[in-house]
Amino acid sequence: MYEIVSKKDLSSDIHLLEIKAPMIAKRAKAGQFIMLMVDDKGERIPLTMADWNSEKGTVTIIELEAGKTTKQLGMLKVGDKLRSIVGPLGMETELENHGTVVCIGGGIGIALMYPVVRALKQAGNEIISIMGSKTASTMILEEEISAVSDVIHICTDDGTKGHHGFVSDILKQMLDEKKPIDMVYAVGPIIMMKVISDITRPFGVHTVVSLNPIMVDGTGMCGSCRVSIDGKTKFACVDGPEFDGHKVDFKLLIERNRRYLEEEKRSLEKFDKEVQ
Amino acid sequence: MAEEKKPKKERVKKKYPMPEQPPEERIHNFNEVPIGQTEDVIKKEAQRCLQCKPSEKRKLCYDGCPVGIDIPAFIKKIQEDDLEGAIGIIKRYNNLPAVCGRVCPYENQCEGNCVVGKIKDSEPVAIGRMERFLADWERARGVKAPELPPRKDKKVAVVGSGPAGLTVAADLAKKGYQVTLFEALHSPGGVLVYGIPEFRLPKAIVRAEVSYIETLGVKLVTDAVVGKSISMQELSEQNDAIFVATGAGLPKWMNIPGENLNGILSANEFLTRANLMKSYMFPDADTPNRIGKKVATIGGGNVAMDCARTSLRLGAEESWIIYRRTETELPARIEEVHHAMQEGVKFQFLTAPVKYEGDETGYVKKMECCRMKLGEPDASGRRRPLVCPGENFELDVDTVLIAIGQSPNPIVPQTTPEIKTTKWGTIVVDDWQRTSMKGVFAAGDIATGDATVILAMGGGKRAAEAMDRYLSENEDWPAPETWEQ
Ligand SMILES: Cc1cc2nc3c(=O)[nH]c(=O)nc-3n(C[C@H](O)[C@H](O)[C@H](O)COP(=O)(O)OP(=O)(O)OC[C@H]3O[C@@H](n4cnc5c(N)ncnc54)[C@H](O)[C@@H]3O)c2cc1C
Ligand SMILES: Cc1cc2nc3c(=O)[nH]c(=O)nc-3n(C[C@H](O)[C@H](O)[C@H](O)COP(=O)(O)OP(=O)(O)OC[C@H]3O[C@@H](n4cnc5c(N)ncnc54)[C@H](O)[C@@H]3O)c2cc1C
Ligand code: SF4
Ligand code: SF4
Ligand code: FES
Repeated sequence: MYEIVSKKDLSSDIHLLEIKAPMIAKRAKAGQFIMLMVDDKGERIPLTMADWNSEKGTVTIIELEAGKTTKQLGMLKVGDKLRSIVGPLGMETELENHGTVVCIGGGIGIALMYPVVRALKQAGNEIISIMGSKTASTMILEEEISAVSDVIHICTDDGTKGHHGFVSDILKQMLDEKKPIDMVYAVGPIIMMKVISDITRPFGVHTVVSLNPIMVDGTGMCGSCRVSIDGKTKFACVDGPEFDGHKVDFKLLIERNRRYLEEEKRSLEKFDKEVQ
Repeated sequence: MAEEKKPKKERVKKKYPMPEQPPEERIHNFNEVPIGQTEDVIKKEAQRCLQCKPSEKRKLCYDGCPVGIDIPAFIKKIQEDDLEGAIGIIKRYNNLPAVCGRVCPYENQCEGNCVVGKIKDSEPVAIGRMERFLADWERARGVKAPELPPRKDKKVAVVGSGPAGLTVAADLAKKGYQVTLFEALHSPGGVLVYGIPEFRLPKAIVRAEVSYIETLGVKLVTDAVVGKSISMQELSEQNDAIFVATGAGLPKWMNIPGENLNGILSANEFLTRANLMKSYMFPDADTPNRIGKKVATIGGGNVAMDCARTSLRLGAEESWIIYRRTETELPARIEEVHHAMQEGVKFQFLTAPVKYEGDETGYVKKMECCRMKLGEPDASGRRRPLVCPGENFELDVDTVLIAIGQSPNPIVPQTTPEIKTTKWGTIVVDDWQRTSMKGVFAAGDIATGDATVILAMGGGKRAAEAMDRYLSENEDWPAPETWEQ
């Protein structure tokens, strides 16, 4: 059960894992996620499905080493088995033909955006993709995303590739130049999604963001993932994870994601000692 | 009375005591609080039973048991030294005696009706403890799987592995049906594993129960959210009948300002982290559960007691229960309230929070409360709490646990419009636990709203019987009159 059938390191700390999970593969839709647990004492963590194959019965996740669990996951090998994987969870992306859609991914967000870009393209949209990373060597999925985009922009924080600066610079320029944009889809660090939403707001461009609050069950049972949308409390695992960026209370999300900083640090330090 | 004329030894007025871990010790561990009684003591306890004969005039023990266990009969077996016979009688009515003997609110049920308990200065016969003892006695000896009838070619899907689902799975498997049990979480047991703490119900008991039903041939599929991972439609194509027991797992909120601050958790989140995810072992288990110095739990039921007592064990310096009525109205089992008080949980009655305030990092630091008074009785017969205006006050807190109840799990009804629900979100069923969708039955908290283990199990028993009739006689369908009106 839940065997890892293939693995690829996309960069030193970003890994792609293809996992056997036939029930999930059969029903997966763009924008949805899974919750997985590595072993009996593990934490349940949410990861977006970057791809799936209903014939092979596999789902693919791409994960960035952020702490104990993601690091442990990155060390697993083909043939290793996971304790639990459940899904598909959350709402799927609304895949209409909106017209021209700008898709923006930052860091690991590029992996999260890939299935959405692909599906939006299939739905007939014109896709302009903007992808950003810290440096050229951590840029992922460039080939895959350009294959499903009409235009592609690359940005790096250090200028080692493409535009030297942020993804938001490119978007701002497009809006200032009055390029027709029907929708913006942004996924990545919370601060990036906030900046993008702030930029599009005065232009009235519909902006969808994919939120990443801390989750436990992922099925609407606990409220750990609660976010505030237009002043109303929502559970991101069942009502989201995608929401209208202009309505999200980003400050609350940033604060809530800092809830367990000390514990996360302790957990990682212990793990690092053990694997040395 | 006839009993008193006999030249017998003196009647024992009180229950034989249950040895317990002392409070100062147990608040530092998660081991079970009542340690258990010996066979000797249980046999003496059985002698306290008067073996009452049924009479029109009075209610007896079994009238108070939601599944109507023949209590005098099983106690008689203990009196006759036939423990195997005793547990055999219980298991005819109750699939989960080790669980019910621990968590049933028996003081209001079987023991509440016991004739001995009505005698001045006397306590009722300890029916719950006997049940617990017998179940543990049997488990220690190794429960042997019953002989199964020939396998039928009919298939049944059970959705949800709490007490209701476990009951139906076991009963139908024993009748020869091919049963698949679907559970959304990674471990089966429902509230018994994610909600009720280890110190009240050791998880080994739930595991034993689950392995027992697996020996009956039930196929267990965890990590399967019905409605998401697999649809009800698919289940009904692959099976001849479906049983839905998805429970009441949706946390209720008060919707007051500041409720999303850090340090404010639903009871479900707090208990799931603590129990299912074993956060008490952190960092040896990966899931954290930060507990502050001063914890306030809002609510007065079993869930609230579990939160308040778990907080102490996780290191809280002060643990408060904030309840809007008075001690008399506390809905929790008396034993749990006692235990909580012994352990140093403090109670603030006639009080309700109105808003929370946080510090610069978004953590709760203060809660504003209002005072309440009791007004006229409401529909449920309980006196309604009323706000006393102008008497608000503040409490310093750094963790708040909201334990004001749970709503029915919405996923199955939401994704299956054929299944009718009430305005509270519970699934509508008739006396035979039939829903409005052909071949689909439901029971437990999803049908009753949050209730008790024994009620969920009792509903499961009825459903299993009805499903057997439906599958073997193919009763007319749809028949439920209750919801057609
Ligand atoms: C819907 C959703 C989809 C996601 N998809 C991806 C993905 O495709 N690839 C990817 O690399 N990451 C994804 N994430 C983020 C990923 O879940 C976290 O990086 C991971 O949980 C970190 O766990 P850790 O133990 O390695 O690190 P930790 O040290 O525990 O945490 C690092 C940070 O991750 C966040 N986090 C911690 N625990 C959880 C949790 N249980 N649930 C959610 N966030 C948590 C916190 O903000 C924390 O500060 C997604 C998150 C959500 C909510
Ligand atoms: C903390 C706490 C303490 C309690 N203490 C007591 C007590 O002392 N005494 C007492 O009698 N009662 C107590 N109760 C109440 C009692 O536990 C419940 O009434 C009982 O468990 C209900 O049983 P159930 O089978 O209906 O559902 P549950 O036990 O809720 O089980 C439902 C199961 O269905 C699963 N599920 C939900 N949706 C899906 C889906 N779509 N697909 C697949 N699976 C799904 C859930 O994950 C869960 O495992 C307590 C409850 C709580 C929360
Ligand atoms: S199941 Fe509960 S109510 Fe019934 S006899 Fe046992 S303890 Fe009493
Ligand atoms: S009512 Fe009490 S004394 Fe009478 S039979 Fe029942 S348990 Fe025994
Ligand atoms: S993660 Fe528990 S409700 Fe969303």
